[in-house]
Amino acid sequence: MNNLLMRATPYLQATPLLVILGFFLAIPILLLLVVSFWDYDFAGMYPDFMTLNYAETLGSWVTWRTYVNTLKFAVTVWAITTFVGFWVAYFLAFHVRTATMQMVLFLVCTVPFLTSNIIRMISWIPVLGRNGLINSGLVGAGVVEQPIEWLLYSDFAVVLAMVHLYTLFMVTPIFNTMMRIDKSLVEAARDAGAADWQIIWNVILPLAKPGIAIGSIFVVTLVMADFSTVQVMSGGQSASVALMMRNQMSLLQYPAAAANAIVLLVVVLFMVAGILRVVDIRKEL
Amino acid sequence: MSKAAEIDIASVSKIYGKTTAVDAISLKIPAGSYCCLLGPSGCGKTSTLRMIAGHESVSIGDIVLGKDVVTHLPPAKRGTAMMFQSYALFPHLDLVDNVAFSLKMSGVDKETRRARALDMLKLMQMDGYASRKPAQLSGGQQQRVALARALITDPEALLLDEPLSALDPFLKIRMRAELKKLQKQLGITFVHVTHSQEEAMALADLIVVMSDGRIEQAATPREVFERPATAFVARFMGDHNVISGKVLGSSNGLVSFEVVGGATFSASGAPRPAGTDVDAAIRTDHVRIGESPVKGLGFTGIVSNLEYRGPTVKLTIEGAGIAEFTAIITDTAFYATPVAVGDAVPLHWDAGDAIILGSPDR
Repeated sequence: MNNLLMRATPYLQATPLLVILGFFLAIPILLLLVVSFWDYDFAGMYPDFMTLNYAETLGSWVTWRTYVNTLKFAVTVWAITTFVGFWVAYFLAFHVRTATMQMVLFLVCTVPFLTSNIIRMISWIPVLGRNGLINSGLVGAGVVEQPIEWLLYSDFAVVLAMVHLYTLFMVTPIFNTMMRIDKSLVEAARDAGAADWQIIWNVILPLAKPGIAIGSIFVVTLVMADFSTVQVMSGGQSASVALMMRNQMSLLQYPAAAANAIVLLVVVLFMVAGILRVVDIRKEL
Repeated sequence: MSKAAEIDIASVSKIYGKTTAVDAISLKIPAGSYCCLLGPSGCGKTSTLRMIAGHESVSIGDIVLGKDVVTHLPPAKRGTAMMFQSYALFPHLDLVDNVAFSLKMSGVDKETRRARALDMLKLMQMDGYASRKPAQLSGGQQQRVALARALITDPEALLLDEPLSALDPFLKIRMRAELKKLQKQLGITFVHVTHSQEEAMALADLIVVMSDGRIEQAATPREVFERPATAFVARFMGDHNVISGKVLGSSNGLVSFEVVGGATFSASGAPRPAGTDVDAAIRTDHVRIGESPVKGLGFTGIVSNLEYRGPTVKLTIEGAGIAEFTAIITDTAFYATPVAVGDAVPLHWDAGDAIILGSPDR
């Protein structure tokens, strides 16, 4: 009896995590997969096994255009957040001298995250709007005669808001990797005659790659699954895959949305696998 | 290999905010010599090395390398190369690229720099590992690669920051022999920072003992050991008893002094004014058991501890106002007249083995 308990202990210890992952991850995805093969009409869903939902999703040019649009957002936001994230992390890790100041400045970076996504997003509207801060400033200063239209409710606004929302997800892992770079490596490089840009290119950038990869996974998955930013900031003029699913759900086309979700899941998993193939992040885990 | 350069440090100070890490030191390191900067942690030896290397700015003073004043030159323009404490090999590059790094920075094309790096690795007998990453090497191998990387710039002086501290004791002894051999072979100036007096004695042509940002003594190992300039040097080098007292008088090259609340001793040294504080050093291994034929060159104390060490026996003795006096006696001499803890034992030594040390303020 005692022996049995001893052998069961590790399983018991693993149970809470198993239950949580099972209920909140495995079962929902399984349900999604099952429902994606069901039939539906305007009134309800009917258990079935048909591939029509997938055929409709993959066969429609709307889907393809939406994917292209979403990927465009993902690539643009990824490029900008990587650039900004690298330099912010570089400044924090290599140019701020005291550990206290590093922590203070890092916390300053996280302050905006104490409010909700929606609020941070909506707060752009009075800045970018037709009669917003920037336009009234530019018109008042006589730089432009008419308010600039593309500032708000445009792809520009979507990308701007996404960069604002997601840059920290890039800064944090890169900062974390950079803090682990031995400072004497920088001195050794300088001793070997490397200029500042050569040190960054030959030493810091290669050693920060795992952090960049982890940040890229965060940003890419977040952008691919985003619908609220696209909806609010584009004013409904731009589409994303998640937004397309939301529209299907509001029309009670749950099986179609489920099929769409499975396709998106597969695409995102391939993207993550691609990132992991390029960079080995095992050392960071 | 290029010619070695003399390093001339002219009243150099390093001040961090309000603390003075290096206090107006002057030192000439002859070209082609092996110099060890020796001292406890925080004595300013690493700051001094880093100032020579150019990784630390000089607050006051000048550093001359060969004929050039290098005080304000960047590290790579000085003709020095530095080997870092933990070797600082680039973990993402293989050995060839690590060694070729400085050539890559100066724009040498890939073929040439890889060939030269391989030659350098060959010199260090590491060419068989050329495509490995530093993490796949042992400590001693990493040190050889770090040496190869430092030497590929053809420096006039090699600066080593505690190069042996990361190695286990056995490897330490082997690698220090390699360092010495390499220095002889290349003929360039080596400046080596260490806190181990044993390491410094084994390697150096010139030992510079530092404490509190000042140079206590700069001399050959033999001179530093046999004639320590100050009480600090005598204590730090070990194998000396340092006793303090007040001068009574001087005659015939001997200074006699009285330990407060204890006996009177004499030691060889220049005359000192009576009444001043004085320190004297007595070699622990030159102390013998037995009554002193001359007054002032011995005392009788109580044995407080005994340690058998094989060829020698270490006696700790208390008495004549001295709290702890060490005598290292050969096992033959000890077992001829054995003593036990608690016994009273007479000790004596020759006049030449007791020397007056410079006063702490010099």
